[in-house]
Amino acid sequence: MSASEPPLDTLLEVETPEGIELRADVAGPVPRALAYTLDLLLRSLILGALALLMIPVGGVGIGFYLVLSFLLEWFYPVAFEVFRNGETPGKRRFGLAVVNQDLSPVRIDASLVRNLLRAVDFLPFAYLGGLASMSASRRFQRLGDLAAGTLVVHRVRRPASVALPDARPAAPDAPLRVEDQLAIIDFTQRHKHLSDARQEELANILLPLTGAQGAAAVSRLRGIGNWLLGSR
Amino acid sequence: MKQQDFEARHRAEWGRLDEWLAASARKRPVDDGFPLAYRRLCQHLALARKRRYGSGLVTELNELVLRAHHVLYGERARGESRWLRFLLAGFPQALRANASLVWLATALFVVPGLVLAIACHFDADAIYTVMSSEEVRSLEAMYDSGNDKLGRKRNSGTDLAMFGFYIKNNIGISFRTFAGGMLAGLGSIFFLLYNGVMIGAVAGHLNQAGFAHTFFPFVVGHGAFELTAIVFSGAAGLKLGGALIDPGALRRVEALRVAARDAIVIMYGVFVMLVIAAFLEAFWSSSTMLPVQVKYSVGAGLWVAVIAYCLFSGRRHAA
Repeated sequence: MSASEPPLDTLLEVETPEGIELRADVAGPVPRALAYTLDLLLRSLILGALALLMIPVGGVGIGFYLVLSFLLEWFYPVAFEVFRNGETPGKRRFGLAVVNQDLSPVRIDASLVRNLLRAVDFLPFAYLGGLASMSASRRFQRLGDLAAGTLVVHRVRRPASVALPDARPAAPDAPLRVEDQLAIIDFTQRHKHLSDARQEELANILLPLTGAQGAAAVSRLRGIGNWLLGSR
Repeated sequence: MKQQDFEARHRAEWGRLDEWLAASARKRPVDDGFPLAYRRLCQHLALARKRRYGSGLVTELNELVLRAHHVLYGERARGESRWLRFLLAGFPQALRANASLVWLATALFVVPGLVLAIACHFDADAIYTVMSSEEVRSLEAMYDSGNDKLGRKRNSGTDLAMFGFYIKNNIGISFRTFAGGMLAGLGSIFFLLYNGVMIGAVAGHLNQAGFAHTFFPFVVGHGAFELTAIVFSGAAGLKLGGALIDPGALRRVEALRVAARDAIVIMYGVFVMLVIAAFLEAFWSSSTMLPVQVKYSVGAGLWVAVIAYCLFSGRRHAA
């Protein structure tokens, strides 16, 4: 870690051998708890179904039931993490995945470490230990993650390639700094995700640039955005 | 180059890679061009960032690179012989590499066990310091020589049901013993001491109460795998604890990760040993049909085999 602390952010950057930086969003306790709850529910359902099917069979059934419940308890997450790209059904539902710290896929060793150590993360009860560890760690790692060198990240859902707003492309009146250009491009591309009122509010801040207020300012900004993106 | 031109020029290429990646999630299609395509994609991402293209495009490319990175650097299926090599050499080598921890775990388990065994042997009431009278009674019932099956009481249970029980119970305990190492080793120490105390007390008490001829033939066989495996999982836990207490030249988190990588190797072996133990306990140890002499001699043979395995197996291939 560099001497100057990076800003507090959930964005993780990892440099690959190709010399580029991969970026991933580290997932916090809330989505992880939700994913865990869903997995727990699924597991309980499977276990309940197994119990209904097998326990009436008697000895053999009970034997199988106990072995399967053992496997479900300890190896359910391991199996999914190793064979399903780090996604248990719960994690998949909430767009999460387990990866190594260098963002490579988890292998069985790391997955086993992080899942066997659930036993301590669970302590004193209801994963309080894990929560404390996540809160104290920069990358939301519970104890099992720290020992295994793994992370839980958000799998970015592919942004549907955005249709640009129809505003007449127009060059800005004055040269813009790079950051400003980027901000305007983002503003233009996110025209479907922000409410009109919010867009106007944002556009009004740039009165000196657009020379307009309200809807006119918005369409002027969109025009600059389109122009910056290469529309003519 | 403006962003839209850039996208128009390369979009088809990204689309092809995207499709290929989606297909490779199921079964890896052969494509020698993939590494090249991946490096081109990396270049595109770097360019897109350098030229400050919009964050939508950069995010999209970043995500594509991530997925391709996963495929390129993911694990390839290796030869079938890996497991065999692990069992013949890897596991005992890992134990010997951590010999001092294994001995420490052995001492933590055996010493209190012996103390309690001796105490309970000479004092019939000593057992009540660690167990309630209810538990002692059911314990004695388990090894009553009138039973046709030894061990835990079997209601409608068959051997297979008990196999399931031993798997769930014993392997769960060993996993927790290992995990307890994260609490600076204290959890592992606790489980080792606790199991030592309980097993020692039970052995001493049953011997004193005249159940020796049913109890010892019962435990001798699977004990060779079960008792050693408990000690080994304790040693694996102590390895984690040791890394936290004395990380040496590394940062604590790094030391922990290195230790966990070694410790998990031991846990694979522990798992295999406990499956064997559960099998023996359910199908072999519990039988009352076999003469006691057979059980003792097979048990002794298993102990010798396990110890010899831990001490000598895989020495020739030592790294």
